[in-house]
Amino acid sequence: MRMACLASELSSSTALVHPLPHRWRSTFPRIGGTGRWPSPKILRCASINVRSYFQLIPPPYPLSSLEPYMSRETMENHWGRHHRDHLNSLNTHIAGSELNEMPLEEIILTSYNKGDFLPVFIHAAQTWNHDFFWQSMKPGGGGRPSGILLKLMERDFGSFELFLKEFKTAALTQFGSGWVWLTYKSNRLDVGNAINPCPSAEDNKLVVTKTPNAINPLVWDYSPLLAIDVWEHAYYLDYEQNQRSEYISLFMDKLVSWDFVSSRLEMALAREEERAREDASNAEEDDLVLADSDAREMFLDSDEDDAGTQ
Amino acid sequence: MSSAALGLVVRDVGFLPKNASRNSEGRIFWIKGSVFTSPHGLNMRPKSSTKAVRVGKRRSLGSEKSASFLCYYGLTTPPYKLDALEPFMSKRTLELHWGVYHRDCVERLNEQLKNSSLYGSTLEELVKTTYNNGNPLPEFNNAAEAWNHDFFWESMQPDSGSMPWGSLLHQIEKDFGSFSNFKDKFMESAMGLFGSGWIWLVLKREEKMLAVVRTSHAVCPLIFGDFPIISLDMWEHAYYLDYKEDRRRYVSNYMNHLVSWHSATLRIVRAEAFVNLGEPKVPSGMRA
Repeated sequence: MRMACLASELSSSTALVHPLPHRWRSTFPRIGGTGRWPSPKILRCASINVRSYFQLIPPPYPLSSLEPYMSRETMENHWGRHHRDHLNSLNTHIAGSELNEMPLEEIILTSYNKGDFLPVFIHAAQTWNHDFFWQSMKPGGGGRPSGILLKLMERDFGSFELFLKEFKTAALTQFGSGWVWLTYKSNRLDVGNAINPCPSAEDNKLVVTKTPNAINPLVWDYSPLLAIDVWEHAYYLDYEQNQRSEYISLFMDKLVSWDFVSSRLEMALAREEERAREDASNAEEDDLVLADSDAREMFLDSDEDDAGTQ
Repeated sequence: MSSAALGLVVRDVGFLPKNASRNSEGRIFWIKGSVFTSPHGLNMRPKSSTKAVRVGKRRSLGSEKSASFLCYYGLTTPPYKLDALEPFMSKRTLELHWGVYHRDCVERLNEQLKNSSLYGSTLEELVKTTYNNGNPLPEFNNAAEAWNHDFFWESMQPDSGSMPWGSLLHQIEKDFGSFSNFKDKFMESAMGLFGSGWIWLVLKREEKMLAVVRTSHAVCPLIFGDFPIISLDMWEHAYYLDYKEDRRRYVSNYMNHLVSWHSATLRIVRAEAFVNLGEPKVPSGMRA
């Protein structure tokens, strides 16, 4: 997501010089994401040293265009101060460190450190989360999803209405600060280089997850499709009286961008296919290795040897 | 000390409000339509106490007449008017923070306790029980938030003097070096908190000293066996309307203009009944 606009502009030769983790190379419907100047590794071939940093990109709509469901004042504070502060802190933390050369998603995964966060995790994750959140919304949003997304919702939740109910319940019961996500969960076990011995199409499904504070589903290797920010700063100015429940309802009815969710689902499905292909080719390679190994020759194949052992 | 339990209200007021009575065991209960009076004479009628209570049938046990009633937690009011903390904490913030959020916590707690085996304890006991050694029961969040907010309102007062005095000041200087060191530590702890939580000055039971403690979500130091002295709510709903994201100004206004050292002194004096802090330092002019 970070490298969307730049990866498409670079030629394939430079892509080989600095192979990005393939799952994050997919392009985004819009230009940007948290934009970043070219990574130093790419330009090192041309003997140019560039210190890279993350830039704050505004939401893909004017700040006042989500009125009356999300006021301009909320957007100015939320994007202009909270999001900006996290971005600035992120840039400060990564300057001069090895994290400086990584894409944002890798910084998040590295600093998550299996739950024992490094200090930069909060800022990296919140930067990514907010960027994702702005794109989960659009003026004149809401309505119903369609196509594959709707089909999968009906398969995994029963119906769109049941999904809405589950999503709203999760958002209401996330105690304190956090986020609620619609994610595409894959069936990959996190056991290093092992392959899931019992893969099943049923493990690839949509789930609603809720996360506290800054955590996001990337750390579990899920593919996020939709996010709602349930930190109080997201709704406190606009929904004083009925607070979170009204905010969530209006978010789902009037703000959510199903186009964005569908495009993220396409990415997630493509990623899943690629992984399935990888797993298949790894399995073939393993078979080949076994076929060539000396271990095969342990079987006795002559009667003389048999007689010798008796 | 600070609790939403029914008994405390009556003790503070010194008489039984009309529409309340005692049963044969001496337990006090509210009947629909009670008037709630705070120690400062502010008459409020919190909506939650006017909700209908499930009333059991009267049973007579021989010569004693006793009634079965369902008791529940009421919403205590802050000991000052809602606009008394202006300009550091606006009336609108208090109307929402106390009137909506705190009220919701209490009402949801009562709802959860209706048919629960946890029914019948004081709020402090309930908080400790439902914490369940780190594996909280569903009632914990509501119980702890109800208790925390009661404590928080009483940790503040209008026109607060900005310095503690006497034995509390002496203890702060002993444990932090100086009062301004303590303020710096408090600020540092508050700014270092990510997400929702609370900042406390506690008297630690084992270490027998004051310390600044930071907790997440609804956790409070009661569960560690320590004695809270003052608290500051760092959930965003506590300051967002007045300060937006400027938490530093919120904390410094709290420390300089809102914190009630009267309450803090009362609390540490009470805590000293349980924690031996050694001989008090007698000011030299008073020695014989």
